[in-house]
Amino acid sequence: MSAEAVEAARPARRGTMYRGVPGMWSWVAHRITGVLTFFFLFAHVLDTALVRVSPQAYNEVIETYKTPLVNLLEVGLVGAVLFHALNGIRVMLVDFWAKGPRYQKQMLWAILAVWVVVMVPGVYFMLERTVRTLFGGGS
Amino acid sequence: MTLALDKPRSPRRPSVRRNNLELASWLFMRISGLALVILVLGHLLIMNILDGGVHRINWGFVAGRWSSPFWQFWDLSMLWLAEIHGGNGLRTIINDYARKDATRFWLKIILYVSMVLILALGTFVIFTFDPNMDS
Repeated sequence: MSAEAVEAARPARRGTMYRGVPGMWSWVAHRITGVLTFFFLFAHVLDTALVRVSPQAYNEVIETYKTPLVNLLEVGLVGAVLFHALNGIRVMLVDFWAKGPRYQKQMLWAILAVWVVVMVPGVYFMLERTVRTLFGGGS
Repeated sequence: MTLALDKPRSPRRPSVRRNNLELASWLFMRISGLALVILVLGHLLIMNILDGGVHRINWGFVAGRWSSPFWQFWDLSMLWLAEIHGGNGLRTIINDYARKDATRFWLKIILYVSMVLILALGTFVIFTFDPNMDS
């Protein structure tokens, strides 16, 4: 085969990037959500420690948790923790359930479905008041 | 790293099965994780979603909850399990990604200091909180 023929026989260069498999991405997401939650825990213990300082100091800081931007970050936190919890259950089933490894991919789709089902009403209740005061004009 | 088999034909293999800290850490992640599913998701549900969520939280709300030993115990268990579970996870991540021994060493020192600080402060606050501070 000539050099040109070899070149032509190769698959197109486009789309050769490794995209991983769902199990790899669930592992990546598990790490990222875990680290984010750990850093939040650090801040959260410090802010809660203000209850020991004075009611005013605590109330002042907790008010920032009710602002629209931080309220949105709380939705992100709940989403991250919920994914980490559900995927953690999946990891335990893979480790301890005899059929776990065989169904690991189906279990990933299942936990993502549960995540969506829980997050839809969750996001509604978390943001309802913020959206109402921002755009509803009331109270 | 080269794999050195210590006396491969000896009937006992020392240090392989005994004192396996990584196995204990692996098992701890799963046991604490199971407890944290209940503790943390319950905490998030109560604090962020039910009955007005974060908008009803203030000092009085915390004082009301921590006047009950049940919620004190809930929060204390959650603090210890979450901090050690998260700290152990970060330890694994530092071991995976730190390239130099010195970087790995110092990152872990910072991690362990922060864990001791958070556990000590959180435990101190839960045990010494006075719900009648404002009256």
